[in-house]
Amino acid sequence: MAKVAKKNTLKLKFDSARNLAPAPESKRAAKIDPQYDLFINGKFEKPVSKKYFATINPATEEKLSMIAEANTADVNKAVKSARTAYDKTWKKMPPAERAKYIYRIARMIQERAREFAIIETLDGGKPIRESRDFDVPTAANHFFYYAGWADKLEYAFPNRKTEPLGVAGQIIPWNFPLLMAAWKIAPALACGNTVVLKPAENTSLTALKLAEIIQEADLPPGVVNIITGAGATGAAIVNHADINKIAFTGSTEVGKIIQRAIAGTNKKATLELGGKAANIIFDDAPLDQAVEGVINGIFFNQGHVCCAGSRLYVQESVFAAVVRKLKDRLETLIVGDPMDKNTDIGAINSKAQLDIINKYIKIGQQEGAEMYQSSCAIPKKGFYCRPTIFTNVAQSNRIAQEEIFGPVLAIQSFRTDDEVIEKANNSPYGLSAGVWTDKGSKIFNLTTKLRAGVIWANTFNKFDPTSPFGGYKESGYGREGGLHGLSAYINLIK
Amino acid sequence: MILTKTIPDFATPVHVDQVGIEERASRFTKRSIKNETKINGLMLALNMIDLTTLEGKDTEGKVKQLCYKAQHLHDAYPGLPTVAAICVYPSMVKTAKTALGNSGIKVASVATAFPSGQAPRDIKIRDTKFAVQNGADEVDMVISRGKFLEGEYNFVFDEIAAIKEACGEARLKVILETGELVTYDKVRKASDIAMYAGADFIKTSTGKISPAATMPVTLVMLEAIRDFYYKTGKKIAMKPAGGISKSKLALHYLVMLNETLGEGWMNNEWFRFGASSLANDILMQLMKQKTGVYQSANYFTID
Repeated sequence: MAKVAKKNTLKLKFDSARNLAPAPESKRAAKIDPQYDLFINGKFEKPVSKKYFATINPATEEKLSMIAEANTADVNKAVKSARTAYDKTWKKMPPAERAKYIYRIARMIQERAREFAIIETLDGGKPIRESRDFDVPTAANHFFYYAGWADKLEYAFPNRKTEPLGVAGQIIPWNFPLLMAAWKIAPALACGNTVVLKPAENTSLTALKLAEIIQEADLPPGVVNIITGAGATGAAIVNHADINKIAFTGSTEVGKIIQRAIAGTNKKATLELGGKAANIIFDDAPLDQAVEGVINGIFFNQGHVCCAGSRLYVQESVFAAVVRKLKDRLETLIVGDPMDKNTDIGAINSKAQLDIINKYIKIGQQEGAEMYQSSCAIPKKGFYCRPTIFTNVAQSNRIAQEEIFGPVLAIQSFRTDDEVIEKANNSPYGLSAGVWTDKGSKIFNLTTKLRAGVIWANTFNKFDPTSPFGGYKESGYGREGGLHGLSAYINLIK
Repeated sequence: MILTKTIPDFATPVHVDQVGIEERASRFTKRSIKNETKINGLMLALNMIDLTTLEGKDTEGKVKQLCYKAQHLHDAYPGLPTVAAICVYPSMVKTAKTALGNSGIKVASVATAFPSGQAPRDIKIRDTKFAVQNGADEVDMVISRGKFLEGEYNFVFDEIAAIKEACGEARLKVILETGELVTYDKVRKASDIAMYAGADFIKTSTGKISPAATMPVTLVMLEAIRDFYYKTGKKIAMKPAGGISKSKLALHYLVMLNETLGEGWMNNEWFRFGASSLANDILMQLMKQKTGVYQSANYFTID
């Protein structure tokens, strides 16, 4: 462990920086129906199951709406409609025509961006600044990007012929509900597949809003079906005999179940699973920007990010300086009402997730790590967690090994390049990593040796539709985004 | 030639990442400043202004009018603070000092062959002493950018130290003229040199070179001040100057200050805006907050 150099008691005060007058976004700018049905074959249909479940606002614990729960019969209907649409319409349609629909969806998301942002924040608890500036625009960009590929697949795969896979079953998580729907739907449609998509049960609303847009865009019925429900609904999709491809983003645990379920079938799969990314700061790094990158890396979306930089490695000679800067920056983060435009850290997505995070915070303390939390107040109602960092952490601590999926950072010191490469790779996960140094050669040395799908240099958590994303090891397989993302939805023939 | 042996150990390279610093600076502009926070912020910004006239055509008459304006910003709005200081050329210090009387408003004088700084050191020292003897409370010096860019850091350091000595009791603001230094790394290095050489303030610009103050440049300097404070326990003040003419931008700067250095710097002892037209825009916004409607520029005096 790095010893903190001579005790320096100087301290900056940031209380007034956190206490700004409220600047809430208006709820009224978005319409949420009291009840949502399943979107099958271009229409909203009541579930065969006749069951509905409540979706709540994690920031206030108030009920937002009732969501239909699809059972096996509903899944059968959705898959059948997707199959019919595939055979009769979508695969035969000239690619440039398919592109027109995808472009239309992209433009309509942009037109209704404010409404999407508000609903995303109400349903999921993420700060409105993030849904407004990141989730919604990036989702629209994905549709724009893949719309462009629809009639250019022959250039994406030169001298090869491609064919779509058929019906894709897509299961997405609760951390970026609309964005994950876009990541899944856009490339599938561009390549000529039809889709049955299931959003996470906590955060179905923006996917259902997207269904409204798809309906208005006049997409042929059945090309995209959006059905809601929990794990059992997802299992029915995974196990359905007439599905050609499973695309899943979520936990490694469920990923393993899916992999077992489709073993021996013809189903293709891409799995984007958990992570425990290493963010590495060398002593020649631009320290203030590195600290900002660490903050973005772990506290973006309350840390509910599979590629979150949840393990921080700091070279020992700058360890004390970095930790002090981190603590100062932690104090300036505004935690609270996600609808307030100034909020940096919103609500934890669910009670269950908050319990998991609190469990790990306790484990960290029991393991002897030193905890530091922002001194900010948090709202009494709703699910909130103070941004938390742990120092005095070792590789063998559980908080340094297991994915917490919350605003909790485990900080370790290191001494040499080889040591940090070894430690960064010493994880069952391998989704992303970050390297902070002023030296280009060091960046290239590390990026070739770190076993992670995405490695950011002197930045973190940057996403672009043109850039592939996916993991090594237990972080999954297959790539989404960019040219690579097309391969996941086509067969190469000839 | 870089005389490495003359670089004091404080000049250890500190790297600033351009993309990162600009991204962080733009984050502050996303803060939504409303209601009482806005009014408090505007009042504070007004109180931090160094009301400036630095023209070849300045006359005593012009300076007297500016000093009157400084004391009566907008009499239709009772309870307004005054600006922090009047900033003039050394030849106008006496006039300003007399005109401001015991209003509490400071007189700041540029010196050291402002704005280029292209003069021998003895002349710079005389220039400084002249300003101080005439009653300047604060001296705004320029660094020798040519020497800095040549790598003569020791020369720049010694010059600042010499001017600091000539200032006596007056507080010294060191203008880096960041528009001529260009890169953030250089701004950071110049900030460190200035602070260790004895600056009380570090200041971005003369206002004669474009670009003048920008948010990322100011952030680099604020971060330098923070690191210096943690190393030495000594607080250094900051003055962005030039190009800040709108209230909204001034509020963004205050957000940046508050989130970088904290409450301890949120007053005019530790932060100033070098500006001439900012005051009236703030007054206009304050009247809007008070009355609910915007008034035309004709209702706000120009001096």
